Amino acid sequence: MSTTPTIVLVGHGMVGQRFLEALAERGLTATHRVVVLCEEPRPAYDRVQLTSYFSGKTPEDLSMTDMAFIEKEGIELYVGDPAETIDREARRVTARSGLVVDYDVLVMATGSYPFVPPVPNKDAEGCFVYRTIEDLLAIEEYAKKATTGAVVGGGLLGLEAAGALKGLGLTAHIVEFAPRLMPVQVDEGGGAALLRTIADMGLSVHTGVGTQEIVTDDSGAVTGMKLSDGSELATDMVVFSAGVRPRDQLARDCGLTVGERGGISVDEQCRTVSDPHVFAIGECALASDGKVYGLVAPGYEQAETVAATIAADEASFTGADMSTKLKLLGVDVASFGDAHGATEDCLDVVYADSRSGTYKKLVIGRDGELLGGILVGDADAYGTLRALTGSVPPVSPEQLVLPAGSAGGAQLGPSALPDEAVICSCHNVTKGTIRGAVTDHQCTTVPEVKKCTKAGTGCGSCVKVLGQLVNAELEASGVEVDKGLCGCFSQTREELYEIVLALRINKYQDLLDRYGRETARGGDGCEICKPTVGSIIASLAPTIGASGYVLEGEQAALQDSNDHFLANLQKNGSYSIVPRIPGGEITPEKLIVIGEVARDFGLYTKITGGQRIDMFGARVEQLPLIWARLVDAGFESGHAYGKALRTVKSCVGQTWCRYGVQDSVRMAIDLELRYRGLRSPHKLKSAVSGCQRECAEAQSKDFGVIATANGWNLYVAGNGGATPRHADLLAQDLSDAELIRLIDRFLMFYIRTADRLERTSTWLERIPGGLDHVRDVVVDDSLGICEELESLMAAHVANYRDEWAETINDPEKLSRFVSFVNAPDTPDPVVGFVPERDQIKPDLPLLTIGTRPLEGSAQR
Amino acid sequence: MTLAPETTTLKVQLRVDDAADDWFTVCDISALMPGRGVAALLPDGRQVALFQDRAGRLYAIDNRDPFSGAAVLSRGLIGSHQGRPFVASPLLKQRFELESGRCLDDDAVTVATYEVRTS
Repeated sequence: MSTTPTIVLVGHGMVGQRFLEALAERGLTATHRVVVLCEEPRPAYDRVQLTSYFSGKTPEDLSMTDMAFIEKEGIELYVGDPAETIDREARRVTARSGLVVDYDVLVMATGSYPFVPPVPNKDAEGCFVYRTIEDLLAIEEYAKKATTGAVVGGGLLGLEAAGALKGLGLTAHIVEFAPRLMPVQVDEGGGAALLRTIADMGLSVHTGVGTQEIVTDDSGAVTGMKLSDGSELATDMVVFSAGVRPRDQLARDCGLTVGERGGISVDEQCRTVSDPHVFAIGECALASDGKVYGLVAPGYEQAETVAATIAADEASFTGADMSTKLKLLGVDVASFGDAHGATEDCLDVVYADSRSGTYKKLVIGRDGELLGGILVGDADAYGTLRALTGSVPPVSPEQLVLPAGSAGGAQLGPSALPDEAVICSCHNVTKGTIRGAVTDHQCTTVPEVKKCTKAGTGCGSCVKVLGQLVNAELEASGVEVDKGLCGCFSQTREELYEIVLALRINKYQDLLDRYGRETARGGDGCEICKPTVGSIIASLAPTIGASGYVLEGEQAALQDSNDHFLANLQKNGSYSIVPRIPGGEITPEKLIVIGEVARDFGLYTKITGGQRIDMFGARVEQLPLIWARLVDAGFESGHAYGKALRTVKSCVGQTWCRYGVQDSVRMAIDLELRYRGLRSPHKLKSAVSGCQRECAEAQSKDFGVIATANGWNLYVAGNGGATPRHADLLAQDLSDAELIRLIDRFLMFYIRTADRLERTSTWLERIPGGLDHVRDVVVDDSLGICEELESLMAAHVANYRDEWAETINDPEKLSRFVSFVNAPDTPDPVVGFVPERDQIKPDLPLLTIGTRPLEGSAQR
Repeated sequence: MTLAPETTTLKVQLRVDDAADDWFTVCDISALMPGRGVAALLPDGRQVALFQDRAGRLYAIDNRDPFSGAAVLSRGLIGSHQGRPFVASPLLKQRFELESGRCLDDDAVTVATYEVRTS
């Protein structure tokens, strides 16, 4: 008989998972046996982001459960095995599989279930709810044979569901019983602003009507719905998203007290009022303030409270801030504090602009203090305003609602906030704590502060404010960080770009002598700034009057070794060669040419990850001979050696594939030919997938394109490699022209503002405002630079020439392609090869010949 | 009056024996590009990396990258560090001072240097 006390957790959702983490943090997993009974077939996942499944996130992406954590903490997790009965007397839980566990502490985290209004035929074929990944999979499957879908409920989830149906190519309707959309979060004015924007997206909204009956055909499948105004709406499927109810049946069955309108009644420690051995957290719990909290942040707080209580620490949950900021179908919606003005004697200050779909309302108390508010369409000020709630703002409320930049409008920075202001509500981190991270813990970057304080690691909505705070604090403490590119320039790469572009400087030496550090002027520069400036000059060549050919004049001296030889240097001093194969499409004739060239020069061949063919083992003097053959057969440089566009992969797309919805190969070829030769801060990779199955893996690319029924979705800043990052959706359902225009802008904005060797993924994470800022700039043209970005790209496209064709026709340039300046026909004797698997590999022992100045020193 | 030197006729020479006054002619000075290097093959099989800096000064070091064994230093980028010229290996970017052959990133490593002149 074991004496280890046992904690049983019923339900493994987001709150349940947080509870497990809180147990581990407090060392309780070491002292207790922890058993988890999970009904769903998969462990905890991010239900808040559920809809992102339809923009390409996989169930694995959504997972919040690190199985290594479960294993390490010795947690017994039973997936697909819900608790069926609880015997409180014996303190025993029985699961569906027959598993019996005796508990010392039982924690109910059963969440909620979707409310389906009791209308006739509500369970007909074609009726769905929107709650779990399984629900989404079923909706996706059924939508394949549907053309119209209706969502019952115009709240948060309803709008998301409608957006998802539209994304699946359906005509989507929203039926909301209340007179406005999102009745819980926004008021009438906010609902009107939202309605206009949602309707502009092509969603049909029916407010103020109820669903009376689901109409079915003879087979029992949905064909429409009867509405309370007497009309009938034809639809092939119905998604119920009319709110949720606490899932308390199990609690009722075992005699625990539940509220009148559901929810397991708990005290301030989240302990059930009926049984000291049982707790309830999350959406199934009726908190001590009489509310059921449907947000994740309060649920997390409850989870922490229970873990603390089990550890015999003091903690309580007495209620939570219901503030929310969401991005719904691309529209910012935020509400905070007393959003509906329930406080006595309060007054509203409202700004509304129906044209832009903006609505802002602040609720002001009798003494001028900010009580709450609603923001629709523009919620940038949310972080600051929410933190100011309860205090008198330092500027007048009307200034706070006017658009930034308009006369009289005031942008209140986070510096105006008091130290007690909560910046991150997910983790309850105050401004004072964040400042302390900088001043006392020597954090100098947002990622460091996130790690130190946990701020910004929940929903992420405060990261923008966080960045502003960290910078302000760094500046205030007089931290002078040398952001200079290298020992030669005190400017960043971005600043050098601006100088080169504005002053049309097309010579590195001019730039160094005029703008370099005093000590570096007149010198030779270094291996960092030369290629960096060389790349900037190459990116802007036609605009600043430089040659677009990187081996021309001074530019040749700036290029990294690989660019200087237009090939990739390998470990023994030989080179590899990658001809461009746009979109991965190649004729048999061209394949044969590659095969013949590789055979004739004895090269090792390998298929690359970018749908091209790499030929290894060429000596430097062979490069022109090989390229003469390749250029003659119609090949061009693939720029595998450059910080430049590499490839645009594609799947075979609509032309052949039975699932394809667009011609992904053609688009990939168009994009690759458009951006070939474009020099950038780091390499650029791309891909185009012909449908949502994403066979081209576009979401791991710097810019990735996925076909939809209505056009193309553009994803940016993805990465594979050592630090994988899924790309973010920048814009949806674009036409060909819109897609190319956005990519033009995106790439040129990246080239303009990124640091040296900074991939788009790290760039997006670094720049203030992140994805939202990039979207503002390249989609909404918030900086007014899009015309310039487009014209810079147009100049690049118009001036592209193949640099290998140029090189083999220039005898002076060709003379550089020798192993020895004094013996042009002699090959480098240490470049040798030995056979392996019917091909060659470098003869590495050959490299050890020759004297090492100090043997073994290189091994350190 | 101009006294522009006839640079095209100048030859680059390397001293191949420290003891003897033995100079080996490599190439015309015009074969060098300021800011980059070339490789030269000595009669005994040694390889030398020859560089010309922005001011026209010449440097010569062993062409072999001691970290990889490959004969590639001539293909590196040159620069100056605290006023002293260096080349960065094109393979793993270790920097070598062109005047002393000393590796700036690993005190224990040095490459051979050669005297170089034009005549």
